[in-house]
Amino acid sequence: MAVCIAVIAKENYPLYIRSVPTENELKFHYTVHTSLDVVDEKISAMGKALVDQRELYLGLLYPTEDYKVYGYVTNSKVKFVMVVDSSNTALRDNEIRSMFRKLHNSYTDIMCNPFYNPGDRINSRAFDNMVNSMMMQVC
Amino acid sequence: MEQGPAGVSAAAAAASTGGLLLPLSESEQQRYSELFSRCCPPPEAAAGGSSVGELFRASQLPPDTLHQITEVCGAKRVGYFGPTQFYIALKLIAAAQSGFPVRIESIKNELPLPQFVALKNDSDVRYGTPAELHGVKFQVPHTSLEKNSYKRTDEGDKQEPKSPPMSPICSPPASPSTYQRVPLSYGYGKSRSGLEQQHGAPYEVRHTTHQQDGPLSGNYGAKPALACSTLNRSLSGEREQQDSNAHYSDDPWRITEEQRDYYINQFRSLQPDLNSFISGSVAKNFFTKSKLPIPELSHIWELSDVDCDGALTLPEFCAAFHLVVARKNGYQLPETLPETLVPEYLQAASLKPMRDCTLFDSYSESLPGGQQTRDFSRTEKTSAEEVSDSSALLKDGKKDDKQALKVSTDLKTIPKEFQHLTVKTAAQESNTLKARPRSRSYSSTSIEDAMKKGEEPPTPPPRPQKSHSRASSLDLNKIFQQNAQAVRSGWLPPPPPALPPRPSLSQEVVIAQPPSKPARRKLRTETQGLETPELSPTINVTSSLPAVKPHLPVQKQSSKQKRAIQTAIRKNKEANAVLARLNSELQQQLKEVHKERIALETQLEQLRPVTVL
Repeated sequence: MAVCIAVIAKENYPLYIRSVPTENELKFHYTVHTSLDVVDEKISAMGKALVDQRELYLGLLYPTEDYKVYGYVTNSKVKFVMVVDSSNTALRDNEIRSMFRKLHNSYTDIMCNPFYNPGDRINSRAFDNMVNSMMMQVC
Repeated sequence: MEQGPAGVSAAAAAASTGGLLLPLSESEQQRYSELFSRCCPPPEAAAGGSSVGELFRASQLPPDTLHQITEVCGAKRVGYFGPTQFYIALKLIAAAQSGFPVRIESIKNELPLPQFVALKNDSDVRYGTPAELHGVKFQVPHTSLEKNSYKRTDEGDKQEPKSPPMSPICSPPASPSTYQRVPLSYGYGKSRSGLEQQHGAPYEVRHTTHQQDGPLSGNYGAKPALACSTLNRSLSGEREQQDSNAHYSDDPWRITEEQRDYYINQFRSLQPDLNSFISGSVAKNFFTKSKLPIPELSHIWELSDVDCDGALTLPEFCAAFHLVVARKNGYQLPETLPETLVPEYLQAASLKPMRDCTLFDSYSESLPGGQQTRDFSRTEKTSAEEVSDSSALLKDGKKDDKQALKVSTDLKTIPKEFQHLTVKTAAQESNTLKARPRSRSYSSTSIEDAMKKGEEPPTPPPRPQKSHSRASSLDLNKIFQQNAQAVRSGWLPPPPPALPPRPSLSQEVVIAQPPSKPARRKLRTETQGLETPELSPTINVTSSLPAVKPHLPVQKQSSKQKRAIQTAIRKNKEANAVLARLNSELQQQLKEVHKERIALETQLEQLRPVTVL
């Protein structure tokens, strides 16, 4: 159950950000922004090899005391960043991977829509529903 | 309606504030309370102005009538929409929709329920509302009727889908102005069926409410559950009959025959083969002409492109077109695709007429593929119905549903390309990422384009590479691999022209030497000869291929076909080289001939002065 999910375009601007509605959403935006540096670092480290060999799931980008940040890059350099609450220890790597896979699938579904121009903000209800299902349920 | 008077008097007694006796039947009560709770969350006593305004506007009455209603019901006087005002307002709306003047007297009669367009069916909310009723006034009737209301919600559910379609008809002048692309005949047809509905509607609703009250009153307190289930069945049976009688026009999401024919014609104008599909860009241009805003078109696409492959088959196209038309007529787009627009449903409905108008008769595999399509559609229809039911009920896409949907959507890719797929690929595809079905459709559409450039229908074109133009950003190798794996199982691979180009090359070299006309003719025959050997292997291949069973494992075939494609590429390259060499040799010959001519002319010149002299 993520606390914040973001989709960042190749040029490092956000296509979609959704956080759990708390008072300090800006903090998540900032976290996502700073994690982009880590993502770039990871990509460039593996960049010498062929693109195919680079794995899409980047794993834990960096942990802070409150939460952990995970990253995932597609072959077209679109990044998915997920912020997860640290107290939620039940989440394992496999689950994070499966969440990213679902995100990727939904993203490709959006791409298939001819009315979507790549680089636009994502305004799809199906995508929203999917992301909502992955966010922490705040009652 | 023995319960009726008792309930009515109780309601009347309870609701008599401000000296106004408001007789409400049980169904009305339940409906009004649910509408009220929708407009205002339970803890508050008054409905929120904006949501009430929205609801009133959804009733599709002209604004001055709505103003009148708010005045008469007393909301203006007290300044807020309390429960009584709200209920009176609803009753007045019902009266106005039935054609009565907006007066207090008119609401004393028996009236059908007010109709509102595009009320979102919050089935979750409904179960909560009967319990959380506001205000002391309605405690008495509701505690007594609570059991009934719980069961009634099921029927209320069923009534809900029926009520939205009827209201737009009340204000027909609004919609025709929005008809931009829909032809007048279609619009007339819809309004015609709508008029029929309008006359039928009040009777229908009244009939059902009477039916509801009758048996329920008899079973009240005994076994409401049983009565409810039988009642549901009888109601649904009745509804089906009414559906068939009313030309399916109750449900706005059901496509009539007229509409279907229109959509099919439009599809044909974009794509002559009804079994094939329209690419995303073509569909985008087409739907953009409807002048709907892009986000809405995007949503319509999301709803109708069920297998998310960027292309629309005929049923998907019909669903999309129908949604566009509905939106233009003022209906709100649903969150999920209605059952009647799901591709399996549409395909099953249209499968019979489509059998007759298949254009590609020459494909030997179209018939067995077609039969299997029918089988698949039958099995899929059952699974898809379940899936679509669940998706309609649970709008917040839970994991299981999404996965089930994915599996079913993967399965749904099969009818589209059934001429090319085997059962095993289907099983494979359902377990893998969606990337493969998507690229499959890309390559199959490109192959179909290439198909049209082919020589004869049974033989595929020898040059499938022509389809590169669209896949500019994709990795072509990957496409060909997946292409080969998924699609080619049923497809005839390009013919590998084996030996003929080589011997002809040597022959050309021999022939090029004598620079005379007979040589040129021989070269021409040689090039023709080049073509005929190519044709003969194709014919051989086509004859041998129907023997190839489509149940071979995909991997073997894919590698075989990959090799075949590669050899074909090599051969074509060689043929190209040969022809280029031929070209250069002919050019040389031309030059030599020119030289000869010049020489002869100079000789002539030299001889001429001699004769003149």
